[in-house]
Amino acid sequence: MSLDSVVIVGAGHGGVQVAISLRQEGFGGRIVLVNDEPGLPYQRPPLSKAYLLGKINATAMLFRPETFYADQRIELVHDRVAAIDRQNRRVMLDSGSALDFGHLVLATGAHNRPLNVPGSTLGGIFGIKTKADADFLSPLVKQARNVVVIGAGFIGLEFAAVAAAEGAAVEVLELGDRPMARAVSPQMSELFRAAHEGWGVKFNFRTGLAELEGEGGKVSAVTTSNGRRLPAELVVFGIGVIPNVQLALEAGLDIDNGIRVNSSLLTSDPHISALGDVAAFPCVQNGENLTRLESVQNAVDQGKLIAARLVGKPAPYTALPWFWTDQGNLKLQIAGLSIGADNYVTLGDAAAQQLSVLCFRGEELIAVESCNRPGDHVFARKILARPPALTPATAAAPDFDLKAWEAANRP
Amino acid sequence: MPTITFIEHNGTRHEVHADVGQSAMQAATFAGVPGIPGDCGGACACASCHAYVDDAWAGRFAPAEGTEYDMLENVVERQPTSRLTCQLVVGADMDGLTLRLPAAQF
Repeated sequence: MSLDSVVIVGAGHGGVQVAISLRQEGFGGRIVLVNDEPGLPYQRPPLSKAYLLGKINATAMLFRPETFYADQRIELVHDRVAAIDRQNRRVMLDSGSALDFGHLVLATGAHNRPLNVPGSTLGGIFGIKTKADADFLSPLVKQARNVVVIGAGFIGLEFAAVAAAEGAAVEVLELGDRPMARAVSPQMSELFRAAHEGWGVKFNFRTGLAELEGEGGKVSAVTTSNGRRLPAELVVFGIGVIPNVQLALEAGLDIDNGIRVNSSLLTSDPHISALGDVAAFPCVQNGENLTRLESVQNAVDQGKLIAARLVGKPAPYTALPWFWTDQGNLKLQIAGLSIGADNYVTLGDAAAQQLSVLCFRGEELIAVESCNRPGDHVFARKILARPPALTPATAAAPDFDLKAWEAANRP
Repeated sequence: MPTITFIEHNGTRHEVHADVGQSAMQAATFAGVPGIPGDCGGACACASCHAYVDDAWAGRFAPAEGTEYDMLENVVERQPTSRLTCQLVVGADMDGLTLRLPAAQF
């Protein structure tokens, strides 16, 4: 019997992509997109940068206008899924109603890892995950004089750049010894450290958060793990996320740092797929190890793959991961995964804030990080997606140019 | 409300009503034009909204510069009229603009 209905839980990049791609692939059955946030589905990346700075409005963040969903017969349901009844292929909603599914797609994303020190529930303390968070934060960041950012990852640093641009004194607490240590090479960390310090941001490395102090219910100061006390009217934290696996867990699906899926992005139930931030998949670029990636590209490409499978065009997931972050005048684009990199070759000039770092594991090129060298990024994506491989010795030659090499080495 | 015509590589035409101030990429994605994924949402990060400005309109836009220029240098099938449509802001004077899509994005 052919598939008659797909229910998608979660309306971020992954969930919306499945719905759009299903229709593009010619799927004629029922599509229901269950969204636990108010309003139309929107894109999250601008929340910590362009939207917060007021460069773009809420409409510009929407994936599609309301008419699109009606025209494409994509039913938007504002509700929360309370439980999955795998036996009867049905999801139960908080409102008390239920939805039958032929296939279920879990695109439930992740939530911010919360602070767990005394004072965490004071006002003026924010993670950035939803439009509501950004809407609360936007006027405050314009007023705040003293801002403390917990965590020097992408989100924390994107926000630090915004707060510094708005004129606040910004202190960043980071347990590691450099910015974005989990994501980028030491060379790229150094460029971003210098740039942020140039904007007035102060870093406190190897420093945790001990306590948040308040006055009248609002945060007023931060005490660090090494005893420093920093004034703060506004605290923003970005200390990682936790995948939203609860529904899948309660339904008895395999969980392993996320909802475990196979190379087709199917869960341990053949009638249920999972994708995006919540899914742990065997990643080709990570030695087939179960990997969970938090990125737009991952959600979008996995959404397209699931939609194609559901209309009878199955394929293993092999897409090259890529990422970006915008901080001040810096655009960092990353192609590939640098896990296990032990050898780096740089192109460009860090002092001029134009740098690409080619990350090798032994002789194998595994990732390219490009700051304000978008051309390198585009070529890196091509080079990483297919043979022949670029070696460190070739890349380290004087006047080496990615574009010329790619042109000379097309299969 | 300006109307922009997107022509897919296979010749399929899409006449799209765009809002002034929107990007051409957003006008296309909002209307569901296939062939412009616009994956990064207009951050000029992914090069998946490449299009050719129709010759009649080619001189009407300021040339691509900065990040857009660098990204375009490296897209497949680049032509002198290539643009990333996320960087083309729709103006009231753009009624009738035609954008042609390449065979493949990125």
